[in-house]
Amino acid sequence: MTSAEPSAPAIDASPAVPTLPTRRRPPPKAPTGGDGPAPGDTGRLYAEHIKVQPRSVQGFWRRIKWWVLTVLLGLYYLAPWLRWDRGPGAPDQALLVDMPGRRAYFFGIEIWPQEVYYLTGLLILGAIGLFLVTALFGRVWCGFTCPQTVWTDLFMWVERKIEGDRNARIRLDKGPLTFDKAWKKVTKHLAWLLIALATGGAWIMYFNDAPTVVREFFTGQASTAVYGFIGLFTMTTYVLAGWAREQVCIYMCPWPRFQGAMFDEDSFIVTYEEWRGEPRAPARKGEAVAAGKGDCVDCGMCWQVCPTGVDIRKGQQMACIGCALCVDACNSVMARFGRPPELITYDSINNQLARARGDSTRTRLLRVRTIAYVALLAVVASVMVFTLATRSRLEVNVLPDRQPLFVKLSDGSYRNGYTLKILNMARETKTFLLATEGLPGSEITVTGIQAQPSTSVELTVSPDDVGTFRVFVKAPPTSLAGERTDFHFVLTDLATRQMLNHATIFNGP
Amino acid sequence: MARQDVDAITGTETTGHEWDGIKELNTPLPKWWLYVFYVTIVWAIIYSILYPAWPSLSGYTRGLLGYSSRAEFNQRMAALDAERAVWREKINNSSLEQIANDPDLLTIAIAGGRVVFANNCAPCHGTNAVGRPGGFPALGDDDWLWGGSLEAIHTTIEHGIRNTTDADARLSQMPAYGEGLLDRNQIAAVAQHVLFLGGHGADDATGAAIFADNCAACHGELGKGNHELGAPNLTDQIWLYGNDKNAIIQQITHPKQGVMPAWQGRLSETEIKQAAIYVHSLGGGE
Repeated sequence: MTSAEPSAPAIDASPAVPTLPTRRRPPPKAPTGGDGPAPGDTGRLYAEHIKVQPRSVQGFWRRIKWWVLTVLLGLYYLAPWLRWDRGPGAPDQALLVDMPGRRAYFFGIEIWPQEVYYLTGLLILGAIGLFLVTALFGRVWCGFTCPQTVWTDLFMWVERKIEGDRNARIRLDKGPLTFDKAWKKVTKHLAWLLIALATGGAWIMYFNDAPTVVREFFTGQASTAVYGFIGLFTMTTYVLAGWAREQVCIYMCPWPRFQGAMFDEDSFIVTYEEWRGEPRAPARKGEAVAAGKGDCVDCGMCWQVCPTGVDIRKGQQMACIGCALCVDACNSVMARFGRPPELITYDSINNQLARARGDSTRTRLLRVRTIAYVALLAVVASVMVFTLATRSRLEVNVLPDRQPLFVKLSDGSYRNGYTLKILNMARETKTFLLATEGLPGSEITVTGIQAQPSTSVELTVSPDDVGTFRVFVKAPPTSLAGERTDFHFVLTDLATRQMLNHATIFNGP
Repeated sequence: MARQDVDAITGTETTGHEWDGIKELNTPLPKWWLYVFYVTIVWAIIYSILYPAWPSLSGYTRGLLGYSSRAEFNQRMAALDAERAVWREKINNSSLEQIANDPDLLTIAIAGGRVVFANNCAPCHGTNAVGRPGGFPALGDDDWLWGGSLEAIHTTIEHGIRNTTDADARLSQMPAYGEGLLDRNQIAAVAQHVLFLGGHGADDATGAAIFADNCAACHGELGKGNHELGAPNLTDQIWLYGNDKNAIIQQITHPKQGVMPAWQGRLSETEIKQAAIYVHSLGGGE
């Protein structure tokens, strides 16, 4: 991480000496810091888990987070239920990855396995988009949209509703096992499991028809794979969002670890205005800032509302997911004390340095880095849109026989065998006329369709299917140019008169 | 020993070593990580008790569940055989014509026939029936000795040709004209006439007369052949034993006649039907 504490000394993490009679506890040490043994100690190898009990908070960023959560979860749970009519015999779900049928459906777009590169393109777009957003606004992915954050936020909300806010929860955990405590814990875990089940179920619905699989699930008719995957995702959601929470961000996820490479000095990140807040001193409501002291009253709200339990006053750290809840918390405290807001704020490092010096600040969204990301996005997106709009719904593969290369017939002519595969990606039956071009005097027979040699043969392919045909081409020796003669198969769509040429070879003696 | 500093920013101890001023933080792992590790060890022990795991000098520990991938394979093969029985019944109960006219049955018969052919027929007839030198005919062309219809091919596969094991084997005998029936000049004349019949070269009157007396009975007056006798068409472009004059003379003098085993009893009825359909589909079927 960029250590941009220009003139300030190293932060002293020890608790402030209370000058007022309070029952405030010293801030717990965040899992990444302060937990190490004292110097000279041989050291513990493993760290105790310190349970993070976030306090609830109201404010601008909290509202944004709820909105984003609602939209994202709403999309996730409800999207599989959207319908799209594709005609008889075709699935009518708008978003579907049909594994047994080897097709992917997105509203009106149907993807065959050969076209999986569209998925690659989507992933590339997602990655570049993520880099762009992070370069502009810091860890907004982590703090607002990451599934781990969203589901943990939801689970914590459930926990708050059942067990109460932070102080009530701490008291409950420390207290003895009463009926009240047991009942609360059981209800909470049941609620969590239900949400996890719905989450696992929704995942399955992207791969199976939603109404069908829901009915089958509850009547015991679903396949082992369906039950297995629902079980797996239920368990992982429950464990990761209910139990692991911030441990995922701190220990399991690779993203926090290269955030440092994603920002620069102009990215907007959650920062503590140290030059303004330090040295911190507790104060009374309405009291002005004491001489030589900073705006920070050491109320502890910032680390109490943090879902990963960090103290942002220590500066940028891996465990800070940039959710900006501490901004809301501090702002509400600053308002109560009548001090200027945004002591913790979304700001860039350059701006923070400028403010510390008293200079003017500027918002630099257009930088080489961001422009480059936008350009890349535009290029990849337009390539994808172009190929999607112009892709052909018909493809022909010709596989010439290798054994025998050719057969000599009783009248002295030669015959080659081919396996023709016509990929009809449209949802209607297509009839084609097959002929040759570049091989004078040649005639065609097709096993099962045309036994008598003829110059053209009609082939029919079912909708959304691959038609496989055994085609034999007979040619007089005078048309052959030695061991290998190049010619074309010409396929004419009888409905649209569209012609498709496929180059191939005729083997001779 | 090395000095273990405490990093000012995170409060974590360093390992105590230093490389060109670079130090490494000794951040402790979380305890739950350690417990998961213990769980994996316990899992490994349980697994090695339940499943095949440890080799011994001459075998291996079988595991309490008695699982073996070989047994699983046998189960899958049995299930597959049960599935195939459906098609087997259909093919057995249908005539060759019916199979050829049903697209699904046709596909299955060709696929099965390809395998039967590769395992049984390819040693003589070549991969994909290209034929082999020494008189093993290519089965993909449109020249047939004993007939190229589905029925004829089926009969040939079932009973074979000139073998001693099957009473219904196809049988025909070309006399060895070089052993006292015709002299060398006569044979040469006949060979010239045969070439003429195919459109290569001038006719020989002596040869024509000898041909009419000796050969026409089996090969036909114009040498077009006879499927019932297995007499080849002498006028087409396909020759089993060579198409130059010397080869023809040799064949008249000491005729080579192919032998084919009877597959009835060696292959099931289904397999013979599939093989017949497959051969017929190679492009030369009549």
